[in-house]
Amino acid sequence: MMFGTNTSPYMHAPQGVGQVMAQVIYALVPGTLVLLWFFGWGVITNLLLGLGFALLLEALMLKLRQRPILPFLTDYSAVVTGWLLAVALPPYSPWWLLLIALIFAMVIGKHLYGGLGYNPFNPAMVGYAAILVSFPVEMTSWPAPELTSIANINLSEALQQVLLGGASTWDGLTQATTLDTIKTHLRLGETVEQISQGQAFGWIAGQAWEWVSLAWLAGGLWLIYRKIISWHIPFALMAALAGMALIFWLINPHTYSSPLFHLVGGATILGAFFIATDPVSASTTPLGKILYAGGIGCFTYIIRVWGSYPDAIAFAVLIMNMAVPLLDAYTQPRVYGTKGRFGL
Amino acid sequence: MSAEHPYREIIFNGIWQNNPGLVQLLGLCPLMAVTTNLVNGLGLGIATLMTLATTNLLISLLRPFIREEIRIPAFVLIIASTVTAIELLIHAYFSELYAVLGIFIPLIVTNCIIIGRAEAYAAKNPPQYAWLDGLIMGIGFTLVLVTLGAIREFLAHGSLFSQAHLMFGEAARGLSLQISDHFTGLLLAALPPGAFISLGFLVAGKNYIDQRRAAHTQQQALLKPASDAL
Repeated sequence: MMFGTNTSPYMHAPQGVGQVMAQVIYALVPGTLVLLWFFGWGVITNLLLGLGFALLLEALMLKLRQRPILPFLTDYSAVVTGWLLAVALPPYSPWWLLLIALIFAMVIGKHLYGGLGYNPFNPAMVGYAAILVSFPVEMTSWPAPELTSIANINLSEALQQVLLGGASTWDGLTQATTLDTIKTHLRLGETVEQISQGQAFGWIAGQAWEWVSLAWLAGGLWLIYRKIISWHIPFALMAALAGMALIFWLINPHTYSSPLFHLVGGATILGAFFIATDPVSASTTPLGKILYAGGIGCFTYIIRVWGSYPDAIAFAVLIMNMAVPLLDAYTQPRVYGTKGRFGL
Repeated sequence: MSAEHPYREIIFNGIWQNNPGLVQLLGLCPLMAVTTNLVNGLGLGIATLMTLATTNLLISLLRPFIREEIRIPAFVLIIASTVTAIELLIHAYFSELYAVLGIFIPLIVTNCIIIGRAEAYAAKNPPQYAWLDGLIMGIGFTLVLVTLGAIREFLAHGSLFSQAHLMFGEAARGLSLQISDHFTGLLLAALPPGAFISLGFLVAGKNYIDQRRAAHTQQQALLKPASDAL
């Protein structure tokens, strides 16, 4: 009898874009649930608006570009972009804020460059940076956890805030984020220890943030376990950020926050595992990934500490996205059996 | 260039076909930096326009006396003296506008459009065409500056013609429009990235119109023989 044989190359069937994106979405669930626990309905309205606008704009752009709509919608890449923006924006964001963010993300960041696979910049971060620069007030007023949980704000109040905006009592429910507090109070000449006594601060970096970060971490580690992302980017990013923070913290712990604070505070974990690892806009070689993510970590620290914005993951990711083609070109791994660039 | 209608050709070229801002993409530095509002764009546009028409005329007139080998330094001298004269004029008559435009007026010297038109057109053509080319190219550039300024001002601040009094005197204060006092605009539009994105959309819009026109004329050309046959 004859055995069926195949000729080389022998390749395994890789997972399709849809399967990869679906697993990223599963990994986002725990963090989103923790956000929901602390911030209530606002997280759900953000998510529904984010996903709705993302899919709508994706379909619209595909139609304008005369591409098949259903196959691209079901690769879930638009869902991931919408989801990431929904959890990155403050809960109870007005609807137009999400719409503008997603127009920048889907239309300018993604489809004008040629759609999925061709965008040099992370679409979600393009949208985030655009509205952060345009609407700093809306973007930096996060609701206070506990005060805005489901027990305290009911659905109709939440909808009123999101759709009509600006209830007069609302200002009392928002507070500056911990990174923001640190920044403004350091300018007033207080030390990190004094600021950390403030009511917004919990064990490390602010009541809700510790738990949210832990949940993102769990989702991210699961992605590494599933081999959706490699360890290089998240760990190089966190190592670079923590390394920078450690140096300055050792020099003067009164004016520089601890490395642990920088890791847990803000969007570090979300950025390291979910945003910087975007397969399209990130570097693809192992060394390139480490340099790319290390750059993000350093820039994040620089902008957080000496820049005018409290958090900087979005800007750092966009800056390093620009360096990716160069990094990829210079860090191609040596092909087995050939001599490397330095004759090694 | 068709010999029968050089004037019409020059006008179409400068305003649309070969527009300095949208097609040649020259002088992007002032184009991006100054167009945070309509009036600034108009002011710089007019200054560039005056410079361009004057230098093109002068260079075309002096063409017989300028040796080929040293033409670029000679052009630069002519352009620099013209710009200096125009800068003094603006400083004298529109000193507030001068304060707003600031460094960008003297920088017209280095604007690539000026030396570009001098080299590409004025140095090769008689004065009666050269001054018109300068004027029309200037108008084309001004139109882009004004459009970009209007888009960015409207998106960022929800207003149009703000600071119109800087250019047209106190009587023009009423010209400023403001949709609402509580307008929170897209601040990004007033920042440098907004300039790049808006200009990108303008160029895309122009290319889209050109494509539509090309498709239209092609269709007409296809239909014509058929109707002749009938």
